[in-house]
Amino acid sequence: MSALFPLELAAVSFRPNGQEVLRGVDLSLGGEGITVVLGPNGAGKSVLLRMLCGLLQPTGGTLRWGSAPGPGREVAMVFQHPMMLRDTVLANVGLGLKAHGVSRQDRVARGHAMLARIGLTDRAGQSARQLSGGERQRLALGRAWLTRPRLLLLDEPTASLDPSGVEAVERIIREIRTDGTKVVMTTHNLGQATRLADDVVFLADGAVREHAPVQRFFARPVSPEARLFIKGELPWHVGF
Amino acid sequence: MGGLGVAFLEALDRLFRLDAQVVEIIALSLRVSLTAVMLGTLMGLPLGAAMAVGRYPGKQAAAVVVNALMGLPAVVVGVVVYLALSRSGPLGGLGLLYSPAAMVVAQVVLVLPLMAAIARQVVEDAWRDYEEELAAMRFTWGTAVVTLLHDCRHSLLVAVLAGVGRAMSEVGAVMIVGGNIDHSTRVMTTAIALETSKGDLPLALALGMVLLAVILMVNGLAYGLRVWARGRFE
Repeated sequence: MSALFPLELAAVSFRPNGQEVLRGVDLSLGGEGITVVLGPNGAGKSVLLRMLCGLLQPTGGTLRWGSAPGPGREVAMVFQHPMMLRDTVLANVGLGLKAHGVSRQDRVARGHAMLARIGLTDRAGQSARQLSGGERQRLALGRAWLTRPRLLLLDEPTASLDPSGVEAVERIIREIRTDGTKVVMTTHNLGQATRLADDVVFLADGAVREHAPVQRFFARPVSPEARLFIKGELPWHVGF
Repeated sequence: MGGLGVAFLEALDRLFRLDAQVVEIIALSLRVSLTAVMLGTLMGLPLGAAMAVGRYPGKQAAAVVVNALMGLPAVVVGVVVYLALSRSGPLGGLGLLYSPAAMVVAQVVLVLPLMAAIARQVVEDAWRDYEEELAAMRFTWGTAVVTLLHDCRHSLLVAVLAGVGRAMSEVGAVMIVGGNIDHSTRVMTTAIALETSKGDLPLALALGMVLLAVILMVNGLAYGLRVWARGRFE
């Protein structure tokens, strides 16, 4: 197992400008499988992912990436609306490798191989900004995957995609998992959570209410908030 | 035909028969201004991008200063560079005063803040959109600057164009540090000023037409490139 795991959060809080976004989060994540973070809007899911990526620092508590000093290059993240440089699809898929100092020649070779895996070979020379939403997400996933991360964080990777786009993205996420990368992702799509997740972290009001294997979470949720959420009776936005 | 009409026809005649004096002045103007713009580009664009991406105390104050320097009066730059290059100045030993090199130095001082300020604004806008993702990809500061400069390359043409416009049309600074010496440091703008005062309108008009044509051509090329880039990459 990589030195990156387990990811350990102990009493983690995040309170920028006095507004409490996360409070008392205790969580331990192993290095395998897909963890889906569920919860209503404003529960702190995206903030949690950004913390795991090292983009945000907790204002309280401790966050440890195994025995590693920090998240480093073994952690990658794909955002809900991934940015695309004004360049070709091929150049964009190799962007993560550029940050790792990989030569242009190597980026091109590995980029072509990745585009074949994500079904964008015929788009290699086109502008990345002219791709559809689903193609952009596949490209962003390929870009992150190409860096061979041990931990991949996905923030709402299929939000506002059509069913065929969702199916294509989910197929790639499964392949990334099979490739040995730990995936932690947020979604509002409960069907997607049942299809992809090995375990579910349920957040509400900035706190972890439940962390359980996916079947157990959906069959026998323990917390009242999770029960209401699964039934669709918990408000989808929680204010602070 | 009035005097102006005759002067205009004579100006066209000098241009079409590639009058040696006209060609010499145009060549020196292009050499000086394009060298200055090239140096300004090499220094100003990375400087502007670094200012946009970097985190340092006084960042906003630095942006205000660079923006203010865009309006630096050319004659003031001329005086400052003159003092620096004069025999008793800190760079007097280089012996550059009244040479094309001195004119390049003055024009670099003029275009550098202009290009840096435009680059800073363009790159800062892109950085706002990309910062989080580039940080997630573990881009270093230097790699981010290079990546952003490349990504904004078509917008940064505006900065280069602005530099070309400023350098080509500037007269005060090059007059002071170059001296407007015939066959040595006489460029289009200083020649136009001199020949107009002497009453040699054909030469002044001929050079004026070339100056306008150069500016129009550069802008046309840049516009075409931007239209192409928008269709290709946006």
